[in-house]
Amino acid sequence: MITSLRIMMRSQKVIVLCSIILSFLFIITILAPWIAPNDPIAVNLANKLQPSSFEYPLGTDHLGRCTLSRILYGARISLGFATLIFISSLGIGLIVGTIAGYKGGWVDQVLMRLCDGVMAFPNLLLILGLVGILGPGLKQVIIALMLVQWVYYARIFRGMVLSLKEQNYIAAAKISGSSQWKIIKKHIIPNVLPPLAVMGTLEMGWAIMDISAMSFLGLGVQPPTPEWGAMIHEGKSYIRTNPELMLYPGLMIMLVVVTFNLLGEALSERFGVKRR
Amino acid sequence: MGTYILKRIMAIIPIFLLATLLTFGMIHLSPVDPAEAYLSAAHIQSTDEILAQKRHEFGLDQPLHVQYVNSIIKICQFDFGISYLSNKPVWEEVTYRMPATIQLALGSIILAILVSVPLGFLAGIKKNSGIDHFSRLLSFFGASIPSFWLGYLLIFFFSVKLDLFPVEGIGTWQHLVLPSVTLALPLIALYTRLLRASVLENLQEPYVLFARTRGIHEKVIMGKHVLRIAISPMITGLGMNLGKLLTGTIIVEAVFSWPGFGRYFIEAIFNRDVPVIQCYVLLAAGLFIFSNLIVDLIQMCIDPRISRKGGQSQ
Repeated sequence: MITSLRIMMRSQKVIVLCSIILSFLFIITILAPWIAPNDPIAVNLANKLQPSSFEYPLGTDHLGRCTLSRILYGARISLGFATLIFISSLGIGLIVGTIAGYKGGWVDQVLMRLCDGVMAFPNLLLILGLVGILGPGLKQVIIALMLVQWVYYARIFRGMVLSLKEQNYIAAAKISGSSQWKIIKKHIIPNVLPPLAVMGTLEMGWAIMDISAMSFLGLGVQPPTPEWGAMIHEGKSYIRTNPELMLYPGLMIMLVVVTFNLLGEALSERFGVKRR
Repeated sequence: MGTYILKRIMAIIPIFLLATLLTFGMIHLSPVDPAEAYLSAAHIQSTDEILAQKRHEFGLDQPLHVQYVNSIIKICQFDFGISYLSNKPVWEEVTYRMPATIQLALGSIILAILVSVPLGFLAGIKKNSGIDHFSRLLSFFGASIPSFWLGYLLIFFFSVKLDLFPVEGIGTWQHLVLPSVTLALPLIALYTRLLRASVLENLQEPYVLFARTRGIHEKVIMGKHVLRIAISPMITGLGMNLGKLLTGTIIVEAVFSWPGFGRYFIEAIFNRDVPVIQCYVLLAAGLFIFSNLIVDLIQMCIDPRISRKGGQSQ
């Protein structure tokens, strides 16, 4: 009991810390146009590969663009699109999962086998295959990520609907005269929210990693748009003379992914959700 | 035991059909017309007549279901069509690049096993010791570092600063070190965590207590009983991750200019070389299905309870 309380306290601290870091990052993302010191895509070859200075706090890249501004704007792509993917795959998952759970029978069977099929293959392979059909580009990567990630939410929502239909405590609540709304508020949401929160935070981390990996390969964000993975790709040619060009964006990816993963782990510890 | 193996092999068929259907749909959903792409790659002036003739040659004028059955027959014969770009059979191009990718994958699997088995096992039996903390730190960061960035960090420290290993390319064993480490780190992270958790779980089992009361030496209990059973989830993980490993090679090959299958695949995506893309996806799916089968069979040998339960392996 005491140890579980200690784990709870510890995970509570981690959750608070991660939430602060993430809110800070999201605020920066939103405020990027106002706080970025320079235009992220303004080329100035006279100023290329400058060390950090008052005007360019993190120096400039091979085209004389401000590294700090590019990192700030890059956060918009990574965090912004990861959020978009999260919301839309949540939506698709909600629809498919509800239909599967509600209809049951062969509809459920077909939809769940489809989920199994998608889950069976590694995400990056499916994304690459889809981008292979649709062609390179950020839009295609986003669509591919959505098409891959909804399955995890569909499973959670299907379980929710099934429990609505079958679980004894729901039946008991109905018999004792609880209203539909009260059942949803008191019984369903508390049961669905923890796994959803854990899944969501972990998936945000994966989405950010996948977006930057695809951009690194040149299949996602196209130049001159600033994005962390693409920045590493551009900076790699200067690894001998200016290693910081690929160091900073990598650190940002890692900071964000580590924070999301830590948060996901802490949430699953706090609410006793088993990770897949 | 025989029926179990048969059952497992039968279960492959629907997954295989799904994968072929997917790649077949890919060709037909793609805006690129194979006949046109072939002609433009071969620098043949495309007239309606030649186009129609090529379409007939490729069987594109037949009804869809006939085309699908034909494509399955071809796949079973390892005929993946002709690359739009080079005009050579895709299979020839792929087998030419395969050894490099296999070398890289094997290098990192061996490295991952050599590191994660002792680390995960020791971390499990010595919970909260220094080695346990180290293993947890490693598995956490290994799962969070983007592998393309890790690759460049390694290049920066070990090739540029210390000049120990070559920056890129293939050839000697030194060339293999950095790419294998890059590819192995996420695997090490995963396997160490799996093995540690599994060892911890097994230590709670009554058979450990029973063995202790019988006075069996602790080393024998751990090495002979706990490790043998605890390693099972790790083997499952190994099989499930072969597909992930293959996609990992795509990125690592891009970082280290490794002339393998993954780089060829990325080039194919840029050039919209659909037969190559199709071949890669099919092979990856095939490898994935096949490795899962092998893993199940290995587990059956290690833990005979599985086949007796009648095929409920996981």
